[in-house]
Amino acid sequence: MELEVATELGNLIADAGSAIGAGAACMGVGAAGVGLGVLFGNFVSAAIRNPAAADGQFGRLIFGFAVTEAMGVFSLVIAFLLLFT
Amino acid sequence: MATDPIHQFEIKRIVPIDVGGVDLSFTNSALFMVLSAVVGSGLLMWATMHRRLVPARMQSAAEMFYEFVAKMHRDAVGSEGMRFFPLVFTLFLFILMANLFGMFPYFFTVNSHIIVTATMALFVFFLVIGFGIWRNGFRFFKIFVPDGIPVAVLPFIVLIEILSFFTRPLSHAMRLFANMLAGHITLKVFGGFVISLGQSTIFGAGAVSTIVGVGMAIVALIATVALTALEFLVAGLQAYIFAMLTSIYLSDAVHPGDH
Repeated sequence: MELEVATELGNLIADAGSAIGAGAACMGVGAAGVGLGVLFGNFVSAAIRNPAAADGQFGRLIFGFAVTEAMGVFSLVIAFLLLFT
Repeated sequence: MATDPIHQFEIKRIVPIDVGGVDLSFTNSALFMVLSAVVGSGLLMWATMHRRLVPARMQSAAEMFYEFVAKMHRDAVGSEGMRFFPLVFTLFLFILMANLFGMFPYFFTVNSHIIVTATMALFVFFLVIGFGIWRNGFRFFKIFVPDGIPVAVLPFIVLIEILSFFTRPLSHAMRLFANMLAGHITLKVFGGFVISLGQSTIFGAGAVSTIVGVGMAIVALIATVALTALEFLVAGLQAYIFAMLTSIYLSDAVHPGDH
């Protein structure tokens, strides 16, 4: 009897822990948001200084976007793993 | 549960096939892979069937798409790498079509399963290693040793370069997979908000709470429409990013040590 109660309590604590962990993992998404803000902000300020050269840097901008965004997406995957598996 | 956001990713067998204990069933995932390959190549073939010197609407759309991918690939690899252009173009078209098919309600999103994206990413990874060694021999390993690094820090740089080389297929596959998965879950969660807020009684019974609930449901509906537009952007952007990273990785195999 006591063992059952203890097991159930343990499962509840594990569920609560994975929910808290999923929330904490989502902080990485916010950090990726900061990175993307830096990236696009610097791109826009550079593009305003020299609009003629801006179109040529589109590929580089998207590459930076992809590499930065991947980190946020990884933390989102960790959150999904904690919530749905 | 009716509003389970994960339910949409379930794989269902359409034609069960069993070969010697191995499950080779034709699933809804396989159906949409075939559909995106057939529709993608069919559209391009139809657009270029009646070629004219002054292109009509479909032909010039197909030409613009081709030129767009060709320019991206040539900028990354250079003209010697154009032998890989068919691969990059096929990957781009397949991923784009699969992502766009996934945007239809009740359709299956092929790239929301990591096995699909990992297969494509690992193919590119082994192609880079195989072609790099076949073409450059031992010089291929120069990609781990950048030029102009002081000898004192060189071992650490080489270690980091090797690590970053071997985590490439992981990030390459995970980026496409996680973007499609997260986007579609978000759409379904916001769609669920519309239903549950419209029926909700959390603000108590009565006319005022119904008006508040329905008003918030309308806000959620507008958010769903905006997110759908965003998902179309992501569908195209992720296909472009996957193809562009393929080009960049292939440029390592063609010119090792230049980056």
